Amino acid sequence: MTRSLFLGGILSALVLLAALLSFIWTPYDHTALNIPAKLQAPNAEHWLGTDHFGRDILSMIMVGARTSIAVALVAVGIGMGLGVPLGLAAAAKRGSWLDEGIMRANDLVFAFPSLVIAILITAILGAGAINAIIAIGIFNIPVFARVTRGAALSLWQREFILAARVAGKGSARISAEHILPNVANLLIVQGTIQFSLGILAEAGLSYVGLGAQPPVPSWGRMLADAQTMVSLAPHMALVPGCAIILTVLGLNLMGDGLRDWLDPKLQGGRA
Amino acid sequence: MPPIQLEIGNFSAFARDRWRPLWTRARRPPNLPLMGRYFAKRLLSLIVSLVVASWVIFFVIEIAPGDPASFMLGINAQPDTIAALRSELGLDEGKVTRYINWFTGMLQGDFGTSYTYRTPVAQMVADRLWVSLPLAIYALTLSTLIALPAGIYAAARRGKSGDIAVMGATQLGVAVPNFWFAMMLVLVFAINLRWFSAGGFVGWEAGPLAALHSLTLPAIALALPQAAILARVMRSALLDILGEDFIRTARAKGLSQRQALWRHGLRNALIPVLTIIGLQFSFLLAGAIIIEQVFYLPGLGRLVFQAISARDLIVVESVVMLLVFAVIMVNFLVDLTYALVDPRLRGRG
Amino acid sequence: MTLLDVTNLSLSIGAFPILRDVSLSVDPGEILAITGESGSGKSLTALTILRLLPNCTRLSGHLSLEGQDLLALSEEQMCDLRGHKIGMVFQEPMTALNPVQSIGDQVMETILLHSSATRTEAEAEARSLLDRVGLPADRFPLSRYPHELSGGQRQRVVIAMAIAMRPALLIADEPTTALDVTTQAQILDLLRDLVRDYGMGMIIITHDLAVVADMADHIVVMRKGEVVETGSTKQLLATRRHPYTQKLFAASNHQADLPPPVTTDPQSAPLLEVRNAVRDYPLPRKRLFAPAEHMRAVDHVSFALHRGERLGLVGESGCGKSTLTRAILGLEPLQGGEILLDGSPLSGKGLTAEQRRKMQVVFQDPFGSFNPRHKVARLITEPFHGVSDAPTGQDRDNRVAEALIAVGLNPEDADRYIHQFSGGQRQRIAIARALITRPELILFDEAVSALDVSVRAQILDLLAELCSAYGLSYLFISHDLHVVRSMTDRCLVMQKGQIVEHGQTEDLFSAPQHPYTKSLIAAAPVLPDLATGAA
Repeated sequence: MTRSLFLGGILSALVLLAALLSFIWTPYDHTALNIPAKLQAPNAEHWLGTDHFGRDILSMIMVGARTSIAVALVAVGIGMGLGVPLGLAAAAKRGSWLDEGIMRANDLVFAFPSLVIAILITAILGAGAINAIIAIGIFNIPVFARVTRGAALSLWQREFILAARVAGKGSARISAEHILPNVANLLIVQGTIQFSLGILAEAGLSYVGLGAQPPVPSWGRMLADAQTMVSLAPHMALVPGCAIILTVLGLNLMGDGLRDWLDPKLQGGRA
Repeated sequence: MPPIQLEIGNFSAFARDRWRPLWTRARRPPNLPLMGRYFAKRLLSLIVSLVVASWVIFFVIEIAPGDPASFMLGINAQPDTIAALRSELGLDEGKVTRYINWFTGMLQGDFGTSYTYRTPVAQMVADRLWVSLPLAIYALTLSTLIALPAGIYAAARRGKSGDIAVMGATQLGVAVPNFWFAMMLVLVFAINLRWFSAGGFVGWEAGPLAALHSLTLPAIALALPQAAILARVMRSALLDILGEDFIRTARAKGLSQRQALWRHGLRNALIPVLTIIGLQFSFLLAGAIIIEQVFYLPGLGRLVFQAISARDLIVVESVVMLLVFAVIMVNFLVDLTYALVDPRLRGRG
Repeated sequence: MTLLDVTNLSLSIGAFPILRDVSLSVDPGEILAITGESGSGKSLTALTILRLLPNCTRLSGHLSLEGQDLLALSEEQMCDLRGHKIGMVFQEPMTALNPVQSIGDQVMETILLHSSATRTEAEAEARSLLDRVGLPADRFPLSRYPHELSGGQRQRVVIAMAIAMRPALLIADEPTTALDVTTQAQILDLLRDLVRDYGMGMIIITHDLAVVADMADHIVVMRKGEVVETGSTKQLLATRRHPYTQKLFAASNHQADLPPPVTTDPQSAPLLEVRNAVRDYPLPRKRLFAPAEHMRAVDHVSFALHRGERLGLVGESGCGKSTLTRAILGLEPLQGGEILLDGSPLSGKGLTAEQRRKMQVVFQDPFGSFNPRHKVARLITEPFHGVSDAPTGQDRDNRVAEALIAVGLNPEDADRYIHQFSGGQRQRIAIARALITRPELILFDEAVSALDVSVRAQILDLLAELCSAYGLSYLFISHDLHVVRSMTDRCLVMQKGQIVEHGQTEDLFSAPQHPYTKSLIAAAPVLPDLATGAA
């Protein structure tokens, strides 16, 4: 087990724990306004201080972690759920119109940066967490499709696939039985990376008002609120910012660590 | 003997897929007919992408609920006034006709008329583009200038303290949201040190230096997180190449490790880096939309958010189309650069 | 004076000892061959002489070139020496050249690096070097790129780079292993000529004892990082003092004890019949709307294989033998002709379950032939897929055990993963997988080509045993003439998609008719008859 996997794992686990804990306990009610206690710097009563309405920032961060994790997780789920089968199908029918169509569609989605997709979706459906999920999720599909296809193509060249074809197995069956298990590790690593990108994207969308709407708390909107107060109460910007950075850093370290840890066995070849 | 395995650290999923070991500087004048064929194929694919993208944008906006005409006139409007406005805006035509009008209009530089402002969209967009585009290019230049030397340095000193420091910094850089970084820059350099203004844009009339000065903080905020990604790609691409057989051949010729890296490694490693630079341009353009919010810059981002809240869909449509056009164009240019760089691609397509 | 002197050279990477007390020497104009199986440290010996080693290595002993102590030189001094005094040719010509630099630039680089020549002079010199290695100016201008050349041509460019400064020592690491036999013969001739013309010393590293016997003045035999025997070629071939040397030579010249063929009635229906098979590949269009062109990989091939017969198929890479194999396996459609297995034609959509049961295949790569995530039992029962009367439960376990025992493994191995086995064991498992359906015909597609000689000898023995025990019929596809000669009764020679000659194996090899067969046999290096030498 590598050092970065250990460190990243601990950081990610902390964020997850905070999010889970917030379901049963937070230091204060994250929606409770307490104007007299507004804009307090971190102190013994409010460990991470209070915002311009006197809400406890630690409580908001804990509940906000739920939003971030949920949005990023579902978005990765959408990306994997649609992207992986598309990538497997494209690799199985390499060079066919299906492959060509899937890859061109991928390129097309890549031409719409996720924020632009979010803007389009918001223009149609209005802002909200669900739409943020869709926007991030759509952008994840071609990422997973590409990664899956790339890895699957090299596996299709291997002789054990030839052996399976000689045994009369169809490409769907081969993809499920031989290709998918051998690209799974790669997908886990990519999933971790996309998860961290999802957290960043969610924060960005909420910041510009396209993500989760009040009263659902989110880190990005906390930053948007902090902007006008940044000279008065820098902690309002620092705390959510650090929450995002530590989460993303933790996930990235975990992804890197997982890749190093899984990779030698991934290729299986010469043990 | 198995080749001495160098570390393969692939940061970006995009890089590996389009990656082939290559280098540049074609001594022989490129074979023009073959180059022409490659160019023609890329051009065809560019046009197809643009047309398909325009369908997607048009019909996605089309299914948006809410009628712009009734929205513009408010809830008390008479049905016949709405109908008149609809016909004035060209909304009573069939979908296909309106798409064709929109698309052919764009080809002639006519993006239609804003529903809210009743001014040509082209003019509105052009004004804003003069902020967003320079910002993205400024940021891309900064990011490239920082990232490439950092990545090369880290690869050349692989495993040593310099490498570890650069990699640690990039790991952090990747995790920082650019709009938060922008706020911190404002806090430090605008509010505390007062080197820059906290926001707004002086306009190009104030002179290019003044204009660039007011774009500097936004550009840094955009560039640094992207530079972190690019530096990692540069490093891992170089390390991948340094594990190739032809680097060993170069060493056996008598080149030092450093010479082999510069003469044979670097130019080959530029291809994945070019790919990422191309992709980053689209991220930067889109990222600029958010950063403009932090700095109150009158760019495309602010235009598009105003248009969304006013349901001025034709403006949204045009801005999105323009962004997509920019991204596709940049990818086209990257494809052309590949062919200049790699003799094997000429004549393929 | 000795050109290169290596005494008690030891090398370890990290905690692992790689070379132990290696001693050898090369005189000017002499060819020294270092031979041994994979893992013997022969390639690392070459890299050590050039001091092109990864970091964290420890090196001890003595290493000198023309009296100059190489271990005492700084890295800069070594850079001056590499390419100048010592040239090196690597194994894999396809990847040894920078893909995007013209061949002229790459040859010139050596010259510009080590001399004060101007660009024009270097260009002229590079031109004459390419002429010298057999790449004439009209077909191979300096502006060519590596991807426009074949493997043999690229190897010539690598050689031109290595000899550009007329080095005192040339090291060639498996220079012909990746090449076809006729190309190999040409490259070896070129190397021999260069050594004679320039008076260089040369170290050739190869696993192929026939090449060794053919080329070398002196031989060094290595095993696991140690020199086991060294001597002049004549004397070493004659005496072979060390048991490992004996084993190596015996394995290279191995004749498996193949039982006599079961004579079948030639009138009976053949087990496998290929009639006028044609396989075309579409080529990329030259212009956007140009008519599609085709490459004919298999061109009207016909042959029959009768029950109990062992048929060989030889040819160089690109001759269409792999395509033909894949067509027989139903993996590729034919554009003409037909293939019949036991009288029933193969449809274009792959084989029926019954046809698959009758015909199995063993592939080349022992490392890529198995899904690393499955256990052996699951791997070798894969051919049962879709077979209607496939055994289940205890029956299935028994069949697995039976197949494993048949190939010389333990029934307990069924519960292990593939990475726990060596290359030779994996090839046994591949054979077990082919045997499990009790097929009537097995295709061996380069099945022993990736194995070391001693392992290869064991696998060939296993095949001979299986022939006695099960009366196997097989089609043995290989580029290795020696192996085909020892393993088959009848043989086909394939060139450019066509069968150019066929006949009884012994007749075909002793009296080839077709010019192509003659050139193949002439090009293949052969071990001298050791039986008389040893006497």
